[in-house]
Amino acid sequence: MSPDAYLILSAIIFAIGAMGVLMRRNAIVAFMSIELMLNAANLAFVTSARSWGNLTGQVSAFFVMVIAACEVVIGLAIIVTIFRSRRSASVDEPSLLRW
Amino acid sequence: MNFEPVVFWISGSLAVLGALGMLISKKAVHSALFVASTMLNLAVLYAVQSAPFLAVAQVVVYTGAVMMLFLFVLMMVGVDSSDSLIEEIKGQRLLAILGGVGLIGFFVFLLGGSIYRDVVGVENADATYGGNLQGLAALMFGEYVIIFEATAALLITAVLGAMILTHRERITPKKSQGQMAKELFAKGDYRGPLPPPGVYARHNAVDTPALLPDGSIAKSSLLDPLVARGDVRPVDYDDIAEVQILSEGLGLVSDTEPEEKK
Repeated sequence: MSPDAYLILSAIIFAIGAMGVLMRRNAIVAFMSIELMLNAANLAFVTSARSWGNLTGQVSAFFVMVIAACEVVIGLAIIVTIFRSRRSASVDEPSLLRW
Repeated sequence: MNFEPVVFWISGSLAVLGALGMLISKKAVHSALFVASTMLNLAVLYAVQSAPFLAVAQVVVYTGAVMMLFLFVLMMVGVDSSDSLIEEIKGQRLLAILGGVGLIGFFVFLLGGSIYRDVVGVENADATYGGNLQGLAALMFGEYVIIFEATAALLITAVLGAMILTHRERITPKKSQGQMAKELFAKGDYRGPLPPPGVYARHNAVDTPALLPDGSIAKSSLLDPLVARGDVRPVDYDDIAEVQILSEGLGLVSDTEPEEKK
């Protein structure tokens, strides 16, 4: 099967993730959208690995997974800290610096 | 027969549906479950593209660890923290949808037909190392070992960072049980047992009010339903006087203080 289909699927999932970051106000859901974008990139990596017959793409996807795990840990810790002091997980709320 | 297109169309459309569900569901928990389903379907797509190790890692790391961490934080932050539907910036949602569609168009234009060669497949690459897992291991611990070590350092840093971010120093000393009890009683609401009915009287039936030392009725000993029905037995002061005389005659009650034993 042509790898183009996989790449287009990955593009669609990436774009949905980007829309989620732009549209959703809940910080946790926005964060899930970022995970979705990383997954889409992983799909593109695996597809490229297959179409070039080279395992490097799969290794890259594995490293992306590791980075995503780190990012989730730190991001959720920040969200929990913000929630603790502000009692809200909305990305619109911390706008104190606005006039 | 080649099953790959069938698997691709089923799993691919399910993955897109899951992503869309994440986008439009109002509750954050539903979003998390939709994302988990998308990730599972992507794992199927990895498996069908001869990446079995990544498929398993996807299930274990993403749906197993990452999404469960998300759900855990959602429970901590509050499940009912759903999005407000008021747009803070006017037309932002429409612009976001337009931008997303434009992004899809851009990527399709960029990627469509960009792979102009025949698909090689990783079977040969697997075979040179003796299997997919062996091949990944050889690359990870050989050519890319520096990156691997760097990710190890990153993971340790992330763990320490999360611990520092969520750690809360105790400013005041922990209260003991005795202190908490004192604070409760200092507020003035009585927490001890109420006086039972019938005390200081000849009867111990529940409709007999308890008497205070001065002979008046202790209101807290009366049962509310009996008071509402008017079924409280009147205090028979003659009876009480009789009991007192009797007990004085028996030497049970004396006005003098008992002498202390030496």
